[in-house]
Amino acid sequence: MTITALQISKLSKYYPIGELDAYPTLREAIVNTTRRWFGDANAIKKERGIWALKDVSLEIPVGQVLGIIGPNGSGKSTLLKIISGITDPTQGHADIYGRLASLLEVGTGFHQELTGRENIFMNGAILGMTHAEIRKKFDDIVEFSEIGAFLDTPVKRYSSGMYTRLAFAVAAHLEPEVLIVDEVLAVGDAAFQKKCLGKMSEVAEQGRTVLFVSHNMASVQSLCSRVIRLHQGEVVDDGQPQAVITEYLEASSSVHPVALDERLDRGGEGPARLQEVRVERSDGDGTLRCSSRLRIRLRYKSDGPLMFARFVVSVYDLTHVGLFILDSDASGPLPETMPAEGWVSCTTEPINLTPGRCYVNLRITCSGGTSDYVQQATTFDVEADDFFGTGRLPTRDWSVGLLHNTWTAREDAAE
Amino acid sequence: MSEPQTDTTRVHTRRQARSGWNPLELALLWRSRELLMFYAVRDIKVRYKQTALGALWAILQPLLMMLVFSVLFGKLAGLPSDGQAYPIYTLCALLPWQLFSYAVTQSSNCLLQDAQVLRRVYFPRLVLPFASVIAGLVDFAIAFVILVIMMAAYGITPGWSVAALPLLVLLTIFASLAVGLWLSALNVRYRDVRYAIPFLVQLWLFATPVAYSSSLIPEAWRTVYGLNPMVGVVDGFRWALVGGPEPALGVMVMSVLVTTIFFVGGLFYFRRMERTFADIV
Repeated sequence: MTITALQISKLSKYYPIGELDAYPTLREAIVNTTRRWFGDANAIKKERGIWALKDVSLEIPVGQVLGIIGPNGSGKSTLLKIISGITDPTQGHADIYGRLASLLEVGTGFHQELTGRENIFMNGAILGMTHAEIRKKFDDIVEFSEIGAFLDTPVKRYSSGMYTRLAFAVAAHLEPEVLIVDEVLAVGDAAFQKKCLGKMSEVAEQGRTVLFVSHNMASVQSLCSRVIRLHQGEVVDDGQPQAVITEYLEASSSVHPVALDERLDRGGEGPARLQEVRVERSDGDGTLRCSSRLRIRLRYKSDGPLMFARFVVSVYDLTHVGLFILDSDASGPLPETMPAEGWVSCTTEPINLTPGRCYVNLRITCSGGTSDYVQQATTFDVEADDFFGTGRLPTRDWSVGLLHNTWTAREDAAE
Repeated sequence: MSEPQTDTTRVHTRRQARSGWNPLELALLWRSRELLMFYAVRDIKVRYKQTALGALWAILQPLLMMLVFSVLFGKLAGLPSDGQAYPIYTLCALLPWQLFSYAVTQSSNCLLQDAQVLRRVYFPRLVLPFASVIAGLVDFAIAFVILVIMMAAYGITPGWSVAALPLLVLLTIFASLAVGLWLSALNVRYRDVRYAIPFLVQLWLFATPVAYSSSLIPEAWRTVYGLNPMVGVVDGFRWALVGGPEPALGVMVMSVLVTTIFFVGGLFYFRRMERTFADIV
């Protein structure tokens, strides 16, 4: 009989719009409370919110490594946050059997002014280790992190690679019975990522239960024994890694329009608002590949004609590194006056990106002020092609950008 | 769903919706005492990093305040100081006052400062305000040495009443937590609090007999005056250290009572708000 490590029953989480929106002010709260006391029926606004999780039930046996995949906003992080105890569910419950540690972002709780040594102790304590435990593992942590000589340097002087290595090293030496990991492997260089993956499978082999969220399908496939897919807060697939991942990639890789008018978590003062975004190839049909040209089409809507509008599309990889800014002002402005409703379209040269997922932030400014701002408006996947014409397919492991290049060899330096 | 088969030697935790008032779970806070100390030590270490004068600030702040007060209120305004030398009389009050104002300010802002951690790791949130108050004790200890030197210079030897000092420091800590717990929880939801704090602390200073003597307050109003717990603390400090008049029993009782009520209420309020911190911070 299998022993249960985690039992999740009908877990749901609702975010009222107010909590996602700007901060409520004290004045609003006082006005609302007084109105409620005096029974003003109009005071209770029609609430619009988001169910980040809907009726999720799962049973995870001891020793299982469960992969959780799904697009941004599908509820993966919310699920992990509830299990970790960071936020409460709205309905349902989760039972955890065993000591739990969660690693929702590498380096959480690191203090810039403190040294590597001090941060090891601080971070270890935040993650739930006792002082004695940290001391026992201190040497292992230092060795794993490869920071050696910089142990007594404030971490603000560290390179981002060193920072990540130290942070993961601390977390990797936690010994919980249930470990929760969210997208931590998305950072660091390839060699270190391999080392982390090695450490993770070691943890799994010791019979501990692991919940693992990642956009990196290769590591999900190699680590997990079971994968679930979330979509809009619901579990839509559950089973063997290979099958679930294939299904997911098929569902998400096709280029499809994304509606933006329902998005509540947006910035800007209006009036122009984005309605829809489409990411396509401009040089043919089908899958977007490393050497494809990109066309991004945006549908917008405003109260009246748009004056001095500027559209900015920023493209990032999943480690939040900015790849491109496509700015209508920088590359040649749009007409000074544009219709109140319409489409703008941006076409690029070949993108020269390694295969992998990217996400897009969108912004409209009108006469200098931000009119609309949608973060992570959509994602797109770049698929591999024979970019160099040598039969060697590029991978995201080594870099994000690709560049055609030629090599020559001579005896002297002259070219 | 069938009952799950579980290993009974493992700790069982249940996550579910909580509403209204929650138990305090102070045992959880006690179990996190190491983390609490780590946070306090961090606050202390970080406090004077990259300053030229370093911990000297802990001495300079009360000394400069003493100087300003002595000139402004002692010399120019000629406020009475119960027959004591004005500088020592006011320094005696400035010490607990600065502990209080530091602790209130820091604990009220602690959740916002560590917002990133709140969103990503779970630990008993009460750790943060407690740690920021404890961090204030170091500055207090440093400044206290100066007070002792000043007392020696003025030739003041405290009597047996000095034994009450630890209790008065404790009262200061609890008084600052009584305010800090409420304000930190409110601060997460209403950023207005952040702007109100400096103003509130400033007002509180004038409502506390730091620059003046509480004997200026009419006898009939003394007990009401004691609603401000810092009145009891400051009067107590003067009595314990430089032989000021014995604080009125009514004032002390009132100060302790108010502190206790707001501290315990603050604990419950904090616990009530705690479950939404990560969502709205």
